[in-house]
Amino acid sequence: MKQSHAYTLYHPKWYRRRVSTWWWTQQWRSFKFILRELSSLAVIYFVALLLWLLWSLGQGEASYRNFLAWMESPLMIAFNVIAFLFVLYHSITWFNLAPKAMPVRVGGKRLPDWMIAAPNYAAWVVISVVIAWFILGGN
Amino acid sequence: MAKTITLEVARYRPEQEGEPAFENFDVPLNKDWVVLDALNYIKDKLDGSLSYRWSCRMGVCGSCGMMVNGEPKLTCATFLTAYDPGPIRVEPLRYFPIVRDLVVEITDFMSKLKAVKPWIVRDEEKPISEGEYLQTPRQLDNFKQFSMCINCLCCYAACPVVGLDQHFIGPAAIALAQRYNEDSRDQGKEERMDVLSQHDGIWGCTFNGECTRVCPKNVDPAGAIQQYKIKAVTDWYKSLLMPWGKK
Amino acid sequence: MDTSAHDVLLVGGGGAGLRAAIAISEFNPKLSVAVVSKVYPMRSHTVSAEGGAAGVIKPNDTLDEHCYDTISGGDWMCDQDAVELFVREAPKELLRLEHWGCPWSREPDGHVAVRPFGGMKNERTWFAADKTGFHMLHTLFQTSLKYPSVRRYDEWFVTKLLIDDGQVRGVVAIELMTGRIQAILAKSVIICTGGCGKVFPFTTNANIKNGDGMSLALRAGAPLKDMEFVQYHPTGLPFTGILITEAARAEGGWLLNKDGYRYLQDYNLGKPEPTPVLRSMELGPRDRLSQAFVKEYEKGRTIETPYGHVVHLDVRHLGEKKINAKIPFVRELCLKYQGIDPVREMIPVRPVVHYMMGGVSTDINAATPIKGLFAAGEAACVSINGANRLGSNSLTELLVFGARAGLHAAQFASEQKEGNTAAILAQAIDEKRRVEDQFLNKTAGRESISTIREEMQKAMEEGAGIYRTHDSLAKAAETIGKLQERFKDIAISDHSHTFNTELTAAFELSYMLDVAEAIIACALNRKESRGSHQRTDFTKRDDEKFLAHSLVYRNADGSTRVEYLPVTITRWPPAERVYGK
Repeated sequence: MKQSHAYTLYHPKWYRRRVSTWWWTQQWRSFKFILRELSSLAVIYFVALLLWLLWSLGQGEASYRNFLAWMESPLMIAFNVIAFLFVLYHSITWFNLAPKAMPVRVGGKRLPDWMIAAPNYAAWVVISVVIAWFILGGN
Repeated sequence: MAKTITLEVARYRPEQEGEPAFENFDVPLNKDWVVLDALNYIKDKLDGSLSYRWSCRMGVCGSCGMMVNGEPKLTCATFLTAYDPGPIRVEPLRYFPIVRDLVVEITDFMSKLKAVKPWIVRDEEKPISEGEYLQTPRQLDNFKQFSMCINCLCCYAACPVVGLDQHFIGPAAIALAQRYNEDSRDQGKEERMDVLSQHDGIWGCTFNGECTRVCPKNVDPAGAIQQYKIKAVTDWYKSLLMPWGKK
Repeated sequence: MDTSAHDVLLVGGGGAGLRAAIAISEFNPKLSVAVVSKVYPMRSHTVSAEGGAAGVIKPNDTLDEHCYDTISGGDWMCDQDAVELFVREAPKELLRLEHWGCPWSREPDGHVAVRPFGGMKNERTWFAADKTGFHMLHTLFQTSLKYPSVRRYDEWFVTKLLIDDGQVRGVVAIELMTGRIQAILAKSVIICTGGCGKVFPFTTNANIKNGDGMSLALRAGAPLKDMEFVQYHPTGLPFTGILITEAARAEGGWLLNKDGYRYLQDYNLGKPEPTPVLRSMELGPRDRLSQAFVKEYEKGRTIETPYGHVVHLDVRHLGEKKINAKIPFVRELCLKYQGIDPVREMIPVRPVVHYMMGGVSTDINAATPIKGLFAAGEAACVSINGANRLGSNSLTELLVFGARAGLHAAQFASEQKEGNTAAILAQAIDEKRRVEDQFLNKTAGRESISTIREEMQKAMEEGAGIYRTHDSLAKAAETIGKLQERFKDIAISDHSHTFNTELTAAFELSYMLDVAEAIIACALNRKESRGSHQRTDFTKRDDEKFLAHSLVYRNADGSTRVEYLPVTITRWPPAERVYGK
């Protein structure tokens, strides 16, 4: 039998396939997963934005106006819309995964996933409405 | 002649070849046949040198996990007709080193399994003469799901973290750790936490959820790992707030 | 030649082997234990056992009743001293497994639950839903991981037992991953390789059940005992042979013929009642139920399918809730492999080869006549199973006699000094040469492994099936003899050293041919009908001539001879087997 040079008798020659850097582009599921992981950057961005807003407020009126002017630029609006969509995606995937991480048992039976996800969504909507009411209704 | 279907089978003969290649075989498309039956047909009738593992053919021994059209499957439970008109691509489980043809190397998993101490740990053993440890059906139910793992390793082949970081302990081993943690007879949670709270343990998991999706026995390893994470965090807070408490 | 040495070596890493390994480690943690198995331990066939494990634990049950059920079920072929010991040890072993974490199903108050089973007068079968074997095996395997003295040789294939001066000294084995052939020496060896269902075409047994250990022992000079007793389980799925556990009937399932009639009432097995009655109808013993199927077939009252005739197992009346709670695996298997839902449809079933009552002959301490060689589990015959094993005794057997084999092999090893290593190594080198010349490097050869295997299986089903005659057996003997000759001209296309499964398939076929020969030799000689051995030319049980175990030996010239050993009777003199009363 012809034997290749790399093989030594009685020594297994395992083949290891390298994982491509672009592995996540090969399946829609893995692409969505990477999007979800990336969406955490948008969360960081909004936290930073909030901190910047508070800092500007603290620096006085001129600074705050400057901040608002920035925010009104079409580029920032477009960027914020995209970041917001990412955060939205992040939240939805987060709530959908909650039942997996926190199974709730009632009477020895595991509650169906939607019964754990639903209160999360409900709380999200309620809190959003309250905040919206404060900001918009407060005028 | 009866209808046939083509199997594209990954071959790797380390003594002759540098890397795997596909070989095509036409097998009868029998409606009762699973992919494993087709492989057996190839071995018995077409090419006796094809190597793969199999045993029970009833989905409980865990030997015959392979990639079927890119998905980790138990080939004994994967019917040919589901892929009609084919072809069907059969490859060894992804992310494992390939030994030969469809056989992968699993000693790494075996040592990871041992590392999580998958046995009952007791401070004090109760003598047999005193009978069984009482355990209510509800207590049994707490860990039953995680005890159903057949070690087929489909979850490792589905997990991108396993692919990127070979030190990651991985879904099945962590689920088994959780199986013993949740067993009312066990007292070894802390010992296992020492192993699993490491970087290569539960924190390696990014909750991609693929392990649970592909599991042929509905074990839900992803759930087990997230529950473990929550426990680790609450333990950490507890020790922070109440440093005098028991570890 | 590469060698390694241990105190005790186990061939096989299933339930019996792992139980033995733990027993040895607990006896003396300094003893080095080698578990040599052709598959990873958790792949072993114990994993497929479904129904449960028998052990007296409830106050309404007694050890004597378990003895009686076992002995009458075995048609008085069991050694009664062995049965008494087995029954006494059973609850302790099952409790030990509970302490190791086996997820036994429970009563609401937390005590272990038991279920009824075929041929049993009381409810005494411990179960873990209907995956009992799976849970037992994984519990044993995972527990075995904590003993550092256990060294596993996973995926090593044993080709020979090394015997010197009438004493076993180790084995020769091939490491599948590398193709290395190695001598693994030991002071005592336990055979726990399980059964050999693959000798037959239609079986519940896994692909790995080829009678490896039985053949190895036979070639080494040890006798096999009671090989003619082959258990057909009455309820297997057609085509796949997947087992539908007896628990399906124990929970209340009915067997119906093509007219929807509970036909067992015609075969002296009791009257049909709506709920299960112990030792009656569907809860009769397996041999009688399988034989009733053949009679129904002869009356033309079975249902024809592409994979042979079947009857129906009906569990629909149990309801979805009970099916999911008590027999979820039955539902899973039917849905996945048969495409039917037992909640709504009847399950097609037919008798299927399930278990070997016979095996390597051992005494009550699991010792074979060869010094240092022990056997346990399905590979062994103690005998507690007689002419027909009762359902749920085999899982308990592998615990009780696995532990016993471990203990006695450990004691034996502790008393031994180093043997004549030079002679043993010479033998091992000869064996290495045989493996290389006659198998691995063999280039000529015209016979196909799968063809010989199929012809063997066909001959066994036709000649040594549920009903046998002198003529059918003699014909099978002739066929197997010819196949043994043809095997010498076997073709092996795979000469690789890496995971060569064609090589192992060839060895497995040679083991199966040996076992087939042994089964036929014993069956030909036993001119009576008893338990699972039914001769249409000798229809009565004959206690005068045949209340004795068959011992089949291999002569130096390769032929077989059968001798007899009286059955040990203690407190239960032979009587008629009565069911349904």
